[in-house]
Amino acid sequence: MEETVSEEKALRILVGKAGLDGHDRGAKIIARALRDAGFEVIYTGLHQTPDMIAEAAVQEDVDAIGLSILSGAHMTLFPAVMKALKARGAEDVSVFGGGIVPPDDIIALKQAGVKEIFTPGVSTQAIVEWIHNNVQPREGVV
Amino acid sequence: MNKQEWLAQQYPKAEERTTRFSTLSDMEIEAIYTPDDQNGRDHAQDIGLPGEYPYTRGVYPNMYRGRLWTMRQFAGFGSPEDTNQRFKFLLAEGQTGLSTAFDMPVLMGYDADSDRSLGEVGREGVSVSSLEDMERLFADIPLDKVTTSMTVNCTASIILAMYFAMAEKRGIPLEKVGGTIQNDMLKEYIAQKEWICPPDPAVRIVADMIEFCAKKAPRWQAVSISGYHIREAGSTAVQELAFTLADGIGYVQAAVDRGLDVDEFAPRLSFFFNLHSDFLEEVAKLRAARRMWAKIMRERFGAKNPKSLLLRTHAQTSGASLTAQQPFNNVVRVAIQALAGVMGGVQSLHTNSMDETLALPTEQAVMVALRTQQVIAEESGVTNTIDPLGGSWAIEALTDKMETEAFVYIHRIDEIGGILRAIDIGYPQKEIADAAYRYQQQLDSREKVIVGVNKYAIPEERPMDILKIGHDVEERQVERVRKVKRERDSAVARERLGRVHAAARNGDNLMPHLIEAVKNHVTLGEISDVYREVFGVYRDPAWL
Repeated sequence: MEETVSEEKALRILVGKAGLDGHDRGAKIIARALRDAGFEVIYTGLHQTPDMIAEAAVQEDVDAIGLSILSGAHMTLFPAVMKALKARGAEDVSVFGGGIVPPDDIIALKQAGVKEIFTPGVSTQAIVEWIHNNVQPREGVV
Repeated sequence: MNKQEWLAQQYPKAEERTTRFSTLSDMEIEAIYTPDDQNGRDHAQDIGLPGEYPYTRGVYPNMYRGRLWTMRQFAGFGSPEDTNQRFKFLLAEGQTGLSTAFDMPVLMGYDADSDRSLGEVGREGVSVSSLEDMERLFADIPLDKVTTSMTVNCTASIILAMYFAMAEKRGIPLEKVGGTIQNDMLKEYIAQKEWICPPDPAVRIVADMIEFCAKKAPRWQAVSISGYHIREAGSTAVQELAFTLADGIGYVQAAVDRGLDVDEFAPRLSFFFNLHSDFLEEVAKLRAARRMWAKIMRERFGAKNPKSLLLRTHAQTSGASLTAQQPFNNVVRVAIQALAGVMGGVQSLHTNSMDETLALPTEQAVMVALRTQQVIAEESGVTNTIDPLGGSWAIEALTDKMETEAFVYIHRIDEIGGILRAIDIGYPQKEIADAAYRYQQQLDSREKVIVGVNKYAIPEERPMDILKIGHDVEERQVERVRKVKRERDSAVARERLGRVHAAARNGDNLMPHLIEAVKNHVTLGEISDVYREVFGVYRDPAWL
């Protein structure tokens, strides 16, 4: 797995915390684990608005955004980030996430275009593997 | 034969089932502890008796043979009426104190109608923007009889002002109002990360509240020095112990620096610790905490009143230890953790509900959690004798080890120049993040086990019924705060808010001005805006 990453251009992943939620244990662990797995990781820090996250994603030219939300506001914040990306012509950035998200909400978020939602107990290897299998480098970006 | 000889000659080391035994926090633990582990420990001086220095065995002479701990379930969701109903349910079921969870907008200083609150109103706690909301939240609750704990930090001064204003409006003198407000800002920068302004002004507001309560509301505990969130953020037990006491040192120093006599306020300081599943480690941690605080208060601050030396603590079972997988297993985890709290001599306890990794708890799940405490209290028999694990070679050795290792951290923080400076350079934050990452790696490699997650997993699970918060809560709360702002005497509200602004600038104690402001319908978000303007906004340094 590490070999293929080092041969190709490493994927750039933005790990973001949207909304007022301060629980950053998960986001920081994921950011470190992705970095250790060879991805280029940008961590936004806490208390970001959806616009701030979309703007950072465009500025940093990332291939994917991983959002961590444990505050129950996922049904508002995920769609808001998708909308903010679209407004910047960056709807091809893959959005995935993790947090306390009930099963029904996961179905609804996936229908809205979120690629995957990881829930508590997932291993970091499983997330790394999912990214390798599902995130493509964005095309046409210089 | 002494311990070393026995281990060398008799103990079948080669047949051990693993190469290294360690606690959940990865502290190495020996095969056996014996009298050889006393290391010069003097029973009278280092362990003593309950209610006597250094309080290793408990802060009161009779402990649970006198009064049981306060059963205090943390509750808050949706509208103030929703939570008020849950409070009444809990009191009816035998709970003995209230504990309030506020939503994210309250915790970050925004009214329900702020853009920043969108989607967050009432989701992770109860929504409160104005004194009117507070009055709905505590409707029919006798404020002079039930003690209330409120978990709120950067806006604690405003919420406490609302609580006191409500009591005064009901004709209850502040001397009769008892409770606790978390108000521990230092641990916010370290772990929980809900803040408005930078650490220096935040600690000034905390000191205002300590001073105000010491003088006007002597039954109110103005700060609950909290290790809970430090541990949930991934620290080890030793780090939880060390950083919590270091924060305590920070507050005591701040109050002493403004000229307060340590014995005037220290008896009203209280603590809040976490309870994870490693039973022995948790019991040792709580015993070490009491002994360390007594030493710190006596030796470092010269406290003379014995009450200043007491580490009285609330504890909560660990949310982070609960699993979404096979959630009924959480009932067992909570029982073990709660038992550790009781064996560790806590004064107040919250037991988590089995469904808390999925959503806020249902009434049924809360009931099982409360019953868990009642079974420990009234069936298990552990409350009949004081500190029943005291004198166990293992427990005493682990208590000593906890203390020694935690004091190493505290000395390191002293060398850095105190806890504020340590936070500035990210020292505790990075130590915790490193520990959290190490533990995750141990889980990923299955070196540490979580039953039902990385071992004994089952493929398909039946979903549980969970509590859902409707979107109508947000709409209603937004409309309510707008109505308050429309209908109040805006000239008076503006003038009172101006006084808060002036006090924030000139260093006057904020509390009396806040009470006047909220009585005149100034909202939580408006006062927080003043804090943002006068003190500035703290930004996450985003250390990885």
